[in-house]
Amino acid sequence: MMMNEVAQTESAAAGGRRIGDVILDLQNISLSFGGVKALTNISFNVREHEIRAIIGPNGAGKSSMLNVINGVYHPQEGRIVFHGEERKEMEPYMAASQNIARTFQNIALFKGMSVLDNIMTGRHMKMNCGLLSHVLYWGKAQREEIEHRKKVEEVIDFLEIQSIRKTPVGRLPYGLQKRVELARALAAEPSLLLLDEPMAGMNVEEKQDMCRFILDVNDQFGTTIVLIEHDMGVVMDISDRVVVLDYGKKIGDGTPDEVKSNPEVIAAYLGTAH
Amino acid sequence: MLYREAGQFKASYQEDAQIFPIRQDRIGFFALMAVVFLVVPFAASEYWLQAILIPVLIFSLAALGLNILTGYAGQLSLGSAAFMAVGAFATYNFMLRIDGIPFLVAMLLGGLCAAGVGILFGLPSLRIKGFYLAVATLAAQFFIVWALVKFPWFSNYSSSGVISAQTVNIFGYAFVTPQAKYLLTLAIVTVLALAAKNMVRSTTGRKWMAVRDMDVAAEVIGIRLMRTKLQAFAVSSFYCGVAGALYAYTYLGTVEPEGFNLDLSFKILFMIIIGGVGSILGSFLGSAFIVLLPIFLNVVLHSAVGAALPAGFGSSLELMIFGALIIFFLIVEPHGMARLWQIGKEKLRLWPFPH
Repeated sequence: MMMNEVAQTESAAAGGRRIGDVILDLQNISLSFGGVKALTNISFNVREHEIRAIIGPNGAGKSSMLNVINGVYHPQEGRIVFHGEERKEMEPYMAASQNIARTFQNIALFKGMSVLDNIMTGRHMKMNCGLLSHVLYWGKAQREEIEHRKKVEEVIDFLEIQSIRKTPVGRLPYGLQKRVELARALAAEPSLLLLDEPMAGMNVEEKQDMCRFILDVNDQFGTTIVLIEHDMGVVMDISDRVVVLDYGKKIGDGTPDEVKSNPEVIAAYLGTAH
Repeated sequence: MLYREAGQFKASYQEDAQIFPIRQDRIGFFALMAVVFLVVPFAASEYWLQAILIPVLIFSLAALGLNILTGYAGQLSLGSAAFMAVGAFATYNFMLRIDGIPFLVAMLLGGLCAAGVGILFGLPSLRIKGFYLAVATLAAQFFIVWALVKFPWFSNYSSSGVISAQTVNIFGYAFVTPQAKYLLTLAIVTVLALAAKNMVRSTTGRKWMAVRDMDVAAEVIGIRLMRTKLQAFAVSSFYCGVAGALYAYTYLGTVEPEGFNLDLSFKILFMIIIGGVGSILGSFLGSAFIVLLPIFLNVVLHSAVGAALPAGFGSSLELMIFGALIIFFLIVEPHGMARLWQIGKEKLRLWPFPH
């Protein structure tokens, strides 16, 4: 039932967006930690406005791939071209300033802060006031704070978390924490959004909500999304193209249908019905 | 039943982001300010002003400084007293060597010197965290006190290393009476506490807390860890430095480098643990508690058993009670008295109903 619903949402969404040119091109990426090869010679690209899924068994290198994209890990070999610019010596700060936002597999919210403050922190790249104007909290600093609060409230409305905006995030249930993390990423108005298992550990209803939000973000804001997910029903329904990793190597790439019928992918990950 | 927020609607984000969003809190705060500025200086005895209220305020400021670093930015430090020493000795030297420099300017410059030294000793925080960082900041504690003793220039070649604070003059008015000193200290502490509150409720503070709570996520959001941590060290040391200057100029009058020893650093750390880590109010509560506890114990002991006690019993008992309280707070309420106050307020909102 869930898949049908999601599929309907998707067909509605697909009408509103157009997949554009390649904005992120990963060429021959290899990453190793000492003797452990996490990624071996991986190339794939992401087109503007598309939802790109990365799947594969545990330890296949999916999260490492995201960490390479936003500069947490530095691959030993390969090129990353984002919006026509090749990026060398990447730092996470630079990825953020290029409008790449992400969520984490294990929730990485700021536990001591309220939902509102967490999301406001997500906008800090767009705020210019310095320490001294914050000390005064008057004039420009206050205007800036309020102006960004308005934007944050839009995100809060979009993700339907109005009732918890003043709650410390540590007190929220897991599903809502995941949603707040998405809100924090969205507050940065990213052009590329990386989602690391956005639906892990959720029940069916929460998964449906999350699917709806992901599709809405993609549709309304035109955000390009790269996501890692283990729920094959969801992945095959919402993504435009899927790349499959296994043991740090790419074993499949294409539309969900192509991937589903790829014998190598079936052997490594999807399995067959017995 | 007086403490209800029913009917108080916020119609703008500006109203929602006030320091005291609840009207009763605002009234209470302004009433408190009126009392401490207008009533206390005239009602309190000289002993209360000079021996209790001024040190409470000064230690509040130092605790506030440490709270910014440890409570908000999550970087443990055991060097607070050393940064106070830098502030005190720098202010002294500015007053001594620059003719006619106003005290407030010298104090600000002293604070900035402390901030500079704080940045220097904050550099290890870029590589190490937690307990190891605390040990690294011990270097500041020992090195600075050693340097102040070793190079007599800092204490203007006084034979014992003791400096005597010059008289504070502001616009021709000499701050010599306890009342005047109290009001000066109170004004400076109030302004700096307000500034701290403003910092922690804006992006600066959110970045500090982000680094404290989850540094990897903070980095991915685009917060530069190095800059944020060093900024916290600078601001924290500035507060400690100003507290040190006040310690010399409005509280003791004469200070020596050895007075800013590790014991004082620990005392400030205990203040924020008992008062509340990551709370402005907690810095004040903790400071008041730790200054008042020995006095309170003394009075209670003497009235209970008189002079029959062996010498030193009182001070030993005080240490034992300190230790027990720290363990108590770490286990039962890690957020300290500030959290107890908050819980009390939440209960009061509902009182007399249970839910």
